[in-house]
Amino acid sequence: MNRIRGFVDKAGWPRIIIGMLLLSLFIVAPSVGIRVDQSMTDTIVRFGMNGILVLGMVPMVQTGCGLNFGLPLGIIAGLLGATISIELGLTGLAGFAGAIGFTAPFALLLGWSYGKLLNRVKGDEMMIATYVGFSSVSLMCMMWMLLPYRSPKMIWGYGGSGLRTTISLEGFWIHILDNFLAIRIGRNFMFPTGMILFFAFMAWIMWAFFHTKTGTAMTAVGSNPDYARAAGINVDKMRTISVIMSTVYGAIGILVFQQSFGFIQLYNGPFFMALPAVAAILIGGASVNKANITNVVIGTILFQGILTMTPSVINSAIQSDLSEVVRIIVSDGMIVYALTRVTRKSR
Amino acid sequence: MTEQQPLLHMESITKEYFGNRVLTDVCLDVDRGEVLGLVGENGAGKSTLMNILFGMSIIAQTGGYAGKLCIDGKEVSFQNPFDALKAGIGMVHQEFSLIPGFTATENILLNGEILHDNIVTKVFGPRLKTLDLPEMRAVAEKSIELLGVEISPDTLVAEMPIGHKQFTELAREIHRPEMKLLVLDEPTAVLTESEAQVLLTSLRRLATTGIGIIFITHRLQEIFDVCDRIVILRDGQVVREVATRDIEIGQVAELMVGRSVSAKSAATSDYNENTETIISVDHLWVDMPGETVKDVTLEVHKGEIFGIGGLAGQGKLGIPNGVMGLYAAGGAVTLHGKPIHLNDPAAALAAGMAFVSEDRRGVGLLLEEALDWNIAFTAMQAQNKFLRPLLGGRIQWRDDKAIQNVALEYIKALDIKCTGTDQPAQELSGGNQQKICLAKAFAVQPDVLFVSEPTRGIDVGAKSLVLKALRTYNRKNGTTIIMVSSELEELRSICDRIAIVDEGRIAGILPPSATAKEFGLLMIGKLKEEEDKVNSHE
Amino acid sequence: MTKKPGFKDTISHIFIGNAVPIMFIVLIAFAIPLSGFSTGYLIEEMVTRLGRDSFLVLSLLLPIMAGMGLNFGIVLGAMSGQIGIILVTNWGVTGVGGLFLAMAVATPLAVLMGWIAGIVLNRAKGREMVTSLILGFFINGVYQLVVLYIMGKIIPIKNSALVLSRGYGIRNAIDLKGMRQSLDRLIPLKIGDISVPVATFIFIALLCLFIWWFAKTKLGHDMRAVGQDMAVAEDSGIKVERTRIVAIILSTILACYGQIIFLQNIGTLNTYNSHDQTATFAVAALLIGGASVARASIPNVFVGVILFHLMFVVSPMAGKELMGSAMIGEYFRVFVSYGIIAVSIVLYAWKRLKERERARRSLRGAKES
Repeated sequence: MNRIRGFVDKAGWPRIIIGMLLLSLFIVAPSVGIRVDQSMTDTIVRFGMNGILVLGMVPMVQTGCGLNFGLPLGIIAGLLGATISIELGLTGLAGFAGAIGFTAPFALLLGWSYGKLLNRVKGDEMMIATYVGFSSVSLMCMMWMLLPYRSPKMIWGYGGSGLRTTISLEGFWIHILDNFLAIRIGRNFMFPTGMILFFAFMAWIMWAFFHTKTGTAMTAVGSNPDYARAAGINVDKMRTISVIMSTVYGAIGILVFQQSFGFIQLYNGPFFMALPAVAAILIGGASVNKANITNVVIGTILFQGILTMTPSVINSAIQSDLSEVVRIIVSDGMIVYALTRVTRKSR
Repeated sequence: MTEQQPLLHMESITKEYFGNRVLTDVCLDVDRGEVLGLVGENGAGKSTLMNILFGMSIIAQTGGYAGKLCIDGKEVSFQNPFDALKAGIGMVHQEFSLIPGFTATENILLNGEILHDNIVTKVFGPRLKTLDLPEMRAVAEKSIELLGVEISPDTLVAEMPIGHKQFTELAREIHRPEMKLLVLDEPTAVLTESEAQVLLTSLRRLATTGIGIIFITHRLQEIFDVCDRIVILRDGQVVREVATRDIEIGQVAELMVGRSVSAKSAATSDYNENTETIISVDHLWVDMPGETVKDVTLEVHKGEIFGIGGLAGQGKLGIPNGVMGLYAAGGAVTLHGKPIHLNDPAAALAAGMAFVSEDRRGVGLLLEEALDWNIAFTAMQAQNKFLRPLLGGRIQWRDDKAIQNVALEYIKALDIKCTGTDQPAQELSGGNQQKICLAKAFAVQPDVLFVSEPTRGIDVGAKSLVLKALRTYNRKNGTTIIMVSSELEELRSICDRIAIVDEGRIAGILPPSATAKEFGLLMIGKLKEEEDKVNSHE
Repeated sequence: MTKKPGFKDTISHIFIGNAVPIMFIVLIAFAIPLSGFSTGYLIEEMVTRLGRDSFLVLSLLLPIMAGMGLNFGIVLGAMSGQIGIILVTNWGVTGVGGLFLAMAVATPLAVLMGWIAGIVLNRAKGREMVTSLILGFFINGVYQLVVLYIMGKIIPIKNSALVLSRGYGIRNAIDLKGMRQSLDRLIPLKIGDISVPVATFIFIALLCLFIWWFAKTKLGHDMRAVGQDMAVAEDSGIKVERTRIVAIILSTILACYGQIIFLQNIGTLNTYNSHDQTATFAVAALLIGGASVARASIPNVFVGVILFHLMFVVSPMAGKELMGSAMIGEYFRVFVSYGIIAVSIVLYAWKRLKERERARRSLRGAKES
């Protein structure tokens, strides 16, 4: 009895509720005409699509900068990289690699400035992050219309100027990771090996980083900044590095997301994208100042699982579309819950 | 003296904290119109006694107290500070409890405003009554006048000089008509000399109106200026209760500090006065809130165990914190003849110094991390220990095995009770946590080790272990140890020399064998006229 | 001894203290001629918008007074108001009577929402703004669940004009023809070509009077104390948690009425979208009027509404003149709204950090080393 209570305390009620909900959805699925193998594929694919974005939450949480509501900045860097790659007409693997390459300077620059800003506002990082994110997306809305892109695949037709709202990756690098060494069983099951391998690789890099001297210092900074300072660590520098890492992961994350989704979404696309990533890591067991890779994996699977299963099961059962509402309630509810948990007073 | 009941009568007050006796059979009386001075070292029991008087919840939460408390002859028992307030007791603490954006009037009458009814109150309740600002202003003015100071009731607290803030606090306590007894805890700590004088004059004035005052201070001059009687507390007991005119400074100092000095207390050291100086501090100032250092000059010899003592808030804790770069500091510190860059913890560590902070949980530990991390961390970051260089030194990989080994080493050496090297630091007891902090400093293998309040908050058994560990480390490695502590006995038991800090400066340096009176005099601040020369071994 | 501030000092003090509104005046002065709108048109627009939006912006004042920052949770009040309107339209009550009935019906719901928000914010002290923002999103999800699925199915809706074709759930857009401008036109007044919504302005004036009077009551005074220093207020016996909850409840109720006033002027309820930008635009307007996260007053509200809406109205046409696309003008005004909020909270957070550092130092007193 005590072991169960211990498990409940450690896992937290929201996680357990969501886990059980997901399990029951999988069990109920066949009886409403949903194929389990199709659902599993959907869940795994969505895991791969979102995983790296959620991974990007970890460094900032670990250094005490809070949940990265400013993920749109990283996403914008990724969008810039992707659009430049298409503008230059790169396709296939070269296109994807090119996108990553072009994204890098933007991600580094944006991450660095964002980090400097956050260092000046210690204690209120999350609110600032949210509005820096919103303002940047709004600013880019204007930019997408003004930047000198020419590729006919991207701009408005009939002699318009400015980029379209969504740009198809068909013919460029659509599904380039998904299809790499993909495993297909029957007509309804596909395992997107390439994408999952890429996620594993990015996760491994983060794991390795936190095992270095700098990574260790970063963890201490989030755990107790006064302790870290007393040990001679430059707290501001560590925080800036974590913000740059988060931004870079955000940029690469959106590229992986897009290759699977098939479209680049500009303008207001990135606006609310931070929220699902934040919710996912919280569901996985992270708190406002502690997160690890396990939280990322568990959280993303649970969250994307719920998002995949609930609408399809319920839609089939009661013939209507609940997906949007479910997404809002689950993700925002989880975040409010996490924000009201009492944590160690931040200094 | 009249034969009527004393205003305050405390009888046989006894209090224990988790088996630790902090007050034993304390009896205290205050008459109307009397100013009583309360004197004692840190830990003598002053704060606990006042917490009991003021009904602070910490008392009830830790088992309550024994004894009787009477106001005007009636027995009372306070469950919370508001009960005490209602009974007429007011307290002015050291930290200001004021709203910066409000005027003096609004602060003086905070939550005690003068209100009138209006139409809405019938429907929506009393909280919608309107404030009567002119009335409030008049009451505030009267209060301020009673103190004999010039403060406009419309000044914003944020724009007041510190002294006026203190007076505003005081005015808030005394504006209440039912105010009978006022307790002031080190009220002159933040005041200039002239402001302190004005305060003391106000207090005497208040006393003439019949208010009883308990005045807690360590400044002897003030006691002799304003108090009618003195009560000296030591180790939780009243050692003397006497009229001010019937006692003199030396006796007060001795009573405050003196215990039967046991013969073995002085350390038997091979300390040789002529050993070279390893670290010297020159006109150091440190901006550490609550422990300001104004001007400290010291020289410590190699291999010495140097003690720094003094009353709380006088600055002794600021010295190591300033040298190690944790708080803003200035002046000059020289180690091995080379100057140390201040305000730079990394530089202090690199030069060969280490620090065990008095703030164990705040600065000393990563509570949520494993204890092996806690032990190894500083050495890893400052000296690249426990790391494996990869790719030709470009990547420093954390060597978890080496960290575990060093932790095991210290667990054995210091007898740390834990379930394993991966146990989070917050789960250990206070004593074992302190040993982790020591291990962390030892792992750096410093030339000079600063230790602040090494045995604070630890049980008796662990105390002696910690002190033994320090002494052994000093003997074996010849490390110079600079130890800051509030407990004089502790300093006397292992130090070669002891400096006493008062008001941010070194008042004097004594050998451990010096008398209680000599130590007490250094701590208590001198009288203006006396040219009491204190013996020192410099 | 401080010397009396000279004329130059006073002027520069005024400039710095009101930098934001002044910047906006400059920006708008530049944009108005570009847009090509006539002065008459702009004045008419401003009169309308003052009537339509001021109440909502006024609802932000009390939480700022109580130290809880920008209350993005006013959207909860807006949603309550919308439910009130849906119900009243369902019952077929029209005109001003319908409007007041909607307010009455929505009030208990707004109180409940405000109470929930207050409790949640008390558990997130120090993070009130981001929590109120996300709470707003969360309740929006619940609102959509109720309005899209539960209404019509479990909560019966008689008026079939309100219901979607599938049989349950409220339609996307509801024409409020019964209630349209009912408050605005209640007391008709025309100055030249411009119709002035007298009754609405009276309503707004009453609210301003209420806020002014409220600050003089014990509750208002307590709120100000709590807003400046919770610990000191708690020590003096003020019930801090309860005071904060009352501030949020009042704010939510006012937002509820404000949204109803807003909708009666517009004349159409976009069931799922009308409240999306309520909080953002109200907050942006208040900040543009010179308020900050920690301090806001009634003049900030009116100056802000005028400046914000001037910018809003002229941006698309100015954008078209300047850049050849009205879209850019529209994106620009959205960017300005978010941008001004971002800048204000950065300044506030930075100041807070500096104050914390300074407070730590002032403990030791005025003595220098």
